[in-house]
Amino acid sequence: MLLIYCPYCQIERAEIEFRCGGEAHIARPSDPEKATDDDWVEFLYMRSNTKGIAAERWRHIHGCGRFFNAVRDTVSDEFLKVYKTGEAKPDLEAIAREAGK
Amino acid sequence: MSDLPASDLITPDAGEAAILGLASVSILKAAPLTRLSFRAREASLKKAGTAFGVALPVKPLTSTTTAKRAALWMGPDEWTLLAPEEDLQAVAVGIEGKLDGEPHALVDVSDRSDAVIVTGERAAWLLNTGIFVDFSLESFPVGTVTRTLFHKSPVMIWRIGPEAFVVEAWGSFMDYVAGLLVQCAQELEAV
Amino acid sequence: MSQPFRTEKGGRIDRTGELTFTFDGEEMHGHAGDTLASALLANGVHLVGRSFKYHRPRGILSAGSEEPNALVGVYRKGDQTPNLRATQVELYHGLQAVSQNRFPSLGFDVGAVNDLLSPLFPAGFYYKTFMWPKSFWDRVYEPIIRAAAGLGKPPKNPDHDTYGNLYAHCDVLVAGSGPSGLAAALAAAETGARVILCDEQAEFGGSLLSENSATIDGKDPAIWVAEIVARLAAMDNVTLLPRTTAFGYFAHNFIALAERVTEHLSDPDPRLPRERLWQVRAKEVVIAAGAIERPMVFPENDRPGILLADAGRTYLNRYGVKVGHKVLVATACDTAWQAAFDLADHGVEVVAIADLRESPPESLVSIAAARGIRVEAGCVVTGTLGRKRVRAALLGRMMTSGQVAAGGQIECDALLMSGGWTPTVSLFSQSRGKVVWEAETGAFVPGKSVQKERSAGAANGLYGLQASLTDGYAAGEGAARAATGKSATINHSRTSGGEAGTGGTLGALPHDRNASRVKAFVDYQNDVTAKDVKLAVREGMQSIEHIKRYTTTGMATDQGRLSNMNALQIASGALEKPLTDVGLTTFRQPFTPTTFGLFAGVSRGDFFDPVRKTPSHDWVVEKGGLFEDVGQWKRAWYFPKNGEDMHAAVERECRTVRESVGLFDASTLGKIEVAGPDAAEFLERMYTNPWKKLAPGRCRYGLLLNDAGFITDDGVIGRLADDRFHVTTTTGGAPSVFATMEDYLQTEWPELDVWITSTTDQYAVAAIQGPKAREVIAPFIEGIDLSAEALPHMSVKEAMFRGIPCRLFRISFTGELGFEINVPRRHGKMMWETLAGEIEKHGGTAYGTEAMHVLRAEKGYIIIGQDTDGTVTPQDAGMSWAIGKNKFDFVGKRGLERPDLKAENRKQLVGLLTKDPKIKLEEGAQVTTLENPATGTPADGHVTSSYYSPALGRTIALAIVRNGHALEGKTLYVPMPEGSIPVEVTGTVFYDKEGARLNV
Repeated sequence: MLLIYCPYCQIERAEIEFRCGGEAHIARPSDPEKATDDDWVEFLYMRSNTKGIAAERWRHIHGCGRFFNAVRDTVSDEFLKVYKTGEAKPDLEAIAREAGK
Repeated sequence: MSDLPASDLITPDAGEAAILGLASVSILKAAPLTRLSFRAREASLKKAGTAFGVALPVKPLTSTTTAKRAALWMGPDEWTLLAPEEDLQAVAVGIEGKLDGEPHALVDVSDRSDAVIVTGERAAWLLNTGIFVDFSLESFPVGTVTRTLFHKSPVMIWRIGPEAFVVEAWGSFMDYVAGLLVQCAQELEAV
Repeated sequence: MSQPFRTEKGGRIDRTGELTFTFDGEEMHGHAGDTLASALLANGVHLVGRSFKYHRPRGILSAGSEEPNALVGVYRKGDQTPNLRATQVELYHGLQAVSQNRFPSLGFDVGAVNDLLSPLFPAGFYYKTFMWPKSFWDRVYEPIIRAAAGLGKPPKNPDHDTYGNLYAHCDVLVAGSGPSGLAAALAAAETGARVILCDEQAEFGGSLLSENSATIDGKDPAIWVAEIVARLAAMDNVTLLPRTTAFGYFAHNFIALAERVTEHLSDPDPRLPRERLWQVRAKEVVIAAGAIERPMVFPENDRPGILLADAGRTYLNRYGVKVGHKVLVATACDTAWQAAFDLADHGVEVVAIADLRESPPESLVSIAAARGIRVEAGCVVTGTLGRKRVRAALLGRMMTSGQVAAGGQIECDALLMSGGWTPTVSLFSQSRGKVVWEAETGAFVPGKSVQKERSAGAANGLYGLQASLTDGYAAGEGAARAATGKSATINHSRTSGGEAGTGGTLGALPHDRNASRVKAFVDYQNDVTAKDVKLAVREGMQSIEHIKRYTTTGMATDQGRLSNMNALQIASGALEKPLTDVGLTTFRQPFTPTTFGLFAGVSRGDFFDPVRKTPSHDWVVEKGGLFEDVGQWKRAWYFPKNGEDMHAAVERECRTVRESVGLFDASTLGKIEVAGPDAAEFLERMYTNPWKKLAPGRCRYGLLLNDAGFITDDGVIGRLADDRFHVTTTTGGAPSVFATMEDYLQTEWPELDVWITSTTDQYAVAAIQGPKAREVIAPFIEGIDLSAEALPHMSVKEAMFRGIPCRLFRISFTGELGFEINVPRRHGKMMWETLAGEIEKHGGTAYGTEAMHVLRAEKGYIIIGQDTDGTVTPQDAGMSWAIGKNKFDFVGKRGLERPDLKAENRKQLVGLLTKDPKIKLEEGAQVTTLENPATGTPADGHVTSSYYSPALGRTIALAIVRNGHALEGKTLYVPMPEGSIPVEVTGTVFYDKEGARLNV
């Protein structure tokens, strides 16, 4: 029942059009062969599960189909920033400060 | 029926009886169309538009139309191109020829979807029985196109007039979509 | 007809006609505009139900949705809806209502023995009593408790009503239509903002509908209401929703409303839904939910005939009903005095006003004196008498010591009480706002807004008519400005009268009775007394959340709206902590009970979920084929002929495919067109197999893993051109494969020039399998050579099928010569009927998914999700051959290198043959190395597929078994209740191991 802004459609739509894709900015190692077993486990399974300000992947699956990233307060459900895939991870602490969290 | 120039394109299927015909809202099956899914990077859009016959819209959720062509924005690198049924080959050959060597994908999806045309003063109300999009004319002006959900089915909604919408769903979902539209409209006849 | 407690005139009921209704079978009469509660009271009926735990006689307490006692069942169309609040049930002609929780009758109820035995049922009784023996829970305690528990009878039949749904957007949603709600709606609407005004009652106006001692702009408040509502109704930007409860406030200003569409109608049009769920997204919300009166907690405060004072006034002024002929008014605040005055003005004998306060306001005392009403100040009710209706009250005199001295007995047939007012902060609380304590009024009021909402009027802790109106205007203007940036100037109405009163009390009142013998109820519906709350504290409950759960106070359908404040005060006293330190329990959705039908909406019956059909569907129905649900798809399962059972039909279908030819609908398989210059590179990265060297016109089996290394999907992929592939996926996996591909494409490899398009619904697909397959399709295929040389196994060509462009695959999921023809969906029916006619000529048959499963199992072809479970690697499945050895990377490659995935002792896919060829194993059965393992021994695997194989004339099975590949030829066991079944471990291919039949 959240209302989510899609940076590609440039419109707010109801949560049901979207799928949450979990924590953002977890890149797949570009040369997997060089990744250690621990690296790979980290990439596959380890997530911070933040209570508070977190960057998440979302996909507008029933809209434009695009993945994008969003900074959400997982306690209040407030979206603090939405940005396109490929853009750098924002400074979550600065966002938190700005939002008075 | 359509307030857009695409009036030749979006027409009721002549051989079909109305799915619903109430005073305040009617549902008609749309005639078959050429539908192409076009994907490309920004550099190729202009050429593609020239080849297709109407510029591809870059503003999200909008459409551009001529009498026999419509280009619908589906995503930042995705358009649905509509043309009369018999123009499939001509359109495909035209675009492929023009974009030769430029990365793109053109896929025939003419049969993937079926479309119905929902018209009448309660058309927006009827869509809102299953779609959470705000269909006020300020928020969703004529020409707006979007994918969304109608209850549990993915659909595409294209507003072709203040009281006229094209509702497209994948073929295997259309029984569900049209069936529910008809069921939800029943109360409009109640006294 | 006799309605002995109806006033002679007044009220908002339609006295021109009478409506007939029944209560527990007894015929009674009322008027349009009545609720069931007001009509019952007009007929002198107070006793309407028995309480939940003690089966005490209970009467109507309130006039609103917070009613805890008067829960009734209402019959309609041969079934009953239980637990409706009589205060909300609008009267209609022919209404049939029944009381609940009584046996054999309301007047004589055997369950009432619980009341006498009540010392045995203290708080936490169930927790304490049914501790042991543990084995008694399932068979003894729970069935008995369940039989005795619950209120009302559930309906017996499927719900015969329909339920509507509407998504709506607005600038300002106003919940509640009392003075502040109407003012807010008008102020917002005049700016042009889109406004929705809802109210749970049948009429807009809230408290104004029973207000007769004040005026607005010099008019009767009800007339002012009518004028405002008419103005709002005339505006296009306003949606008016009476009978509509805002029952849930969710994230991002999403508010759920329940509209009762036909519940109040005698004979509603069947095309109308019973209720409609409004799912509203509001830019701003004004909560004008008002306040409700608190009961006073004195011994025996639950007898029929005891009502909230304002309810008594509402019944009188709005419904024209006197709650009694001799009424005692007990209060701790000013507002109840007006109820006494109104009753007196209607000729009702007010036997006394007993005010807890030592010195009630002089102005009130003098009005009472003018009407000759006896006033008892510093007076408390210490008990009541009467069995099924109150007949007298015991009065006590408050002493300066805090003690109470007996003050005699006073006869009455109704008692109106008021402990003061509690703002309705439920919606505010649901919006995640925190309430703050306002000592001055002794109430929790809304604190800082968390969402885009504002409370107005009594819900905001403001009392008095003028204050409510002013607050409402401000809230409406503010909300509209915040939502749209627009404002407007409107005339604010002026009021006269309706001043805010003073006073109020919280918690249990003192009395001179034996505390262990009397019950003073805090939560009526759950039968929680003041004593119970104190006991909970004595037994160690410190937090209000624990006290709530231990005693169940506040857990009734009113969500504690009536009881919370009194319970909190009692707990505060018992804990010797300030009330604000005890905390308040959470107000949860729904605000009032909400039907399951409303939530289910249209998702029932044929529309529970989309039912996806293939182009052969009608043909299958016509031929008597049966269907199997595969995800949302209906797939033909098998085609019984001449009275065949499933086994016989499947056996015949399998034999026919192996001997001549079979036709199968494969339209449901997922199809994805991968196009663009980097198409081969993309598939190279997604699938385990190599793709770059696959020539156009050829196909390859593709295996898809996740990055952990486990198999997630498979399918045949054909290369149509250098830059174009036709990918197939499993039926159920289609959406997730597509989503996974998009994920990698968009977020990991955005540089690739390739795009994917789902074409699942673009093509209808017919599979023709069997030695005669080529002969069957040959007459219809134009443009290509079908010979084995020109079109070998695992190839794809574009061709024409009866003049329609098609994609023709030569592939097989049966081990026989096979083709799959893809035509645009609208030609699917034609293709199917053409081929179905043709196979008959060759002695062929249509076959369904069951035969397909047998045929593929004979060949050891796996089914993802059946033979794999998300923990199976290609090596485990014996499919290392599918892994491109020289590939730099693919999804899952690195995962496969992890030690756990290369470890010894992994479970591996094997074939199993029972020693007795007639025994068919159960799918899911455990596999063990020991014949009779001791209880608790872990299994070594399980059976994943098991069939009777017509080709082999015996049963076959596939299983996942620890170290299975090394066990080939060994004997394992499948322990079953009838005994252990010995099985031999084999390879997974049972039939045509060398594949000779494919390459013809």
